[in-house]
Amino acid sequence: MKKRTMETSLAAQSPKLVRSVERRLFLRQGLSLGALAMLSGCNLTDDESVQRVLTGMSRWNDGAQGLIFSRTKLAPEYPESAITKPFPFNAFYTEDEVTEVDGKSYQLELAGMIRDKKPWTLPELYALPQTSQITRHICVEGWSAIGKWGGVRFSTFLERIGADTTAKYVGFYCADDYSTSIDMATALHPQTLLTFRFADQILPMKYGFPMKLRIPTKLGFKNPKQIVSMMVTNEYPGGYWEDQGYNWFSGS
Amino acid sequence: METAQSHWVKIHPLIVRITHWINAFAILMMATSGWRIYNASPFFPFRIPSEITLGGWLAGALQWHFAAMWLLVLNGIVYVTYGIVSGHFRRKFFPLWPRDVVRDVLGAFRGKLAHDDLSMYNAAQRAAYLAILLCLVVLVFSGLAIWKPVQFQEIAGLMGGYEGARIVHFCAMALMVFIVLVHIVMVMLVPRTFPTMITGRARRAS
Repeated sequence: MKKRTMETSLAAQSPKLVRSVERRLFLRQGLSLGALAMLSGCNLTDDESVQRVLTGMSRWNDGAQGLIFSRTKLAPEYPESAITKPFPFNAFYTEDEVTEVDGKSYQLELAGMIRDKKPWTLPELYALPQTSQITRHICVEGWSAIGKWGGVRFSTFLERIGADTTAKYVGFYCADDYSTSIDMATALHPQTLLTFRFADQILPMKYGFPMKLRIPTKLGFKNPKQIVSMMVTNEYPGGYWEDQGYNWFSGS
Repeated sequence: METAQSHWVKIHPLIVRITHWINAFAILMMATSGWRIYNASPFFPFRIPSEITLGGWLAGALQWHFAAMWLLVLNGIVYVTYGIVSGHFRRKFFPLWPRDVVRDVLGAFRGKLAHDDLSMYNAAQRAAYLAILLCLVVLVFSGLAIWKPVQFQEIAGLMGGYEGARIVHFCAMALMVFIVLVHIVMVMLVPRTFPTMITGRARRAS
């Protein structure tokens, strides 16, 4: 308050002086921004204008990662001996809070730019051509673990349902109220699998029964578990973590 | 009596001063946000005190880290290109003999390191500044390997894969931070070097 009063009275008398003072203040603020960051820890990120710049840069990084992403480059695959045991459980809740899904009544709902929106049952999904991969799951937190997943190539499934693969996004909604979305280029990548098996067993509930979309070219949180519905769309669907500030593309 | 007076000489070109301070700012943001990211999943038996980290939580720290990386890299490209093309690196950092580095580092410990002519770096300075530059190159490449362990798997492969790149990234950070801290201590011991990195000029006896 005090500063404002002083500025007002000064401005009336000497606009040139005010400009010079402002310039000096701006310089000093710029120089002390780093020191401020050290002192205040988290507060700087909460500042609205700073947050706007950071969010803008995150969108820019989505674009940059889309350019870096190769449709043909494959994630490294590992021998059975490299598999991490036990494979870590990870979700936005604890292991005893895992949602139970009834496989018998389960149906995968389809929406958006898809020709045949008929829901799929588990036996129908299991009947699709199956493949498997042993790849590294990399968490946004930094840790990584190697696991074996089996299922159908997602591109094969998209083809079967007549998805419009010129659309921008595929969005997923899960039984545990989780959601995420990916770009179409990643959806069509040969290693992106709609998986029903983990370590040669039916996918356990905690690892995503009845199905997990396994994407070895993206961070772990972009690999939705317990998917109950998916949609193909041109409208940005966001996601559980993405809406809170995690980078949307999050490619590996 | 001209001879008894001193005169001002220009020792740091404008482009070096600008890139130095942008680099300092970018490194501060990268290091403090990086510590927060490390804390989300530490691989050494310690965490960085969160009071000196940037970002507030993991998502915030990642936003800072991946925004500041553009500043660090673009600024670094300008500096390195200038340094090579103009001959600045050749003039300032070379020749650099290991024996001189050992002599000057030991001299620094005994408080007997000469830095009278601010336009000339002693061997300890040459080694330190080149080491920071080298650390930054390693940080950028190990960072690319962590950010894109599939797309840039060839780079990650040089460091033993994704997990190896994390260790390399951390160790290069630790070494860089150590040298930067020594650099700051030395500037405090020879305070007249500080304004020269802002004005570019130093007083020299005629």
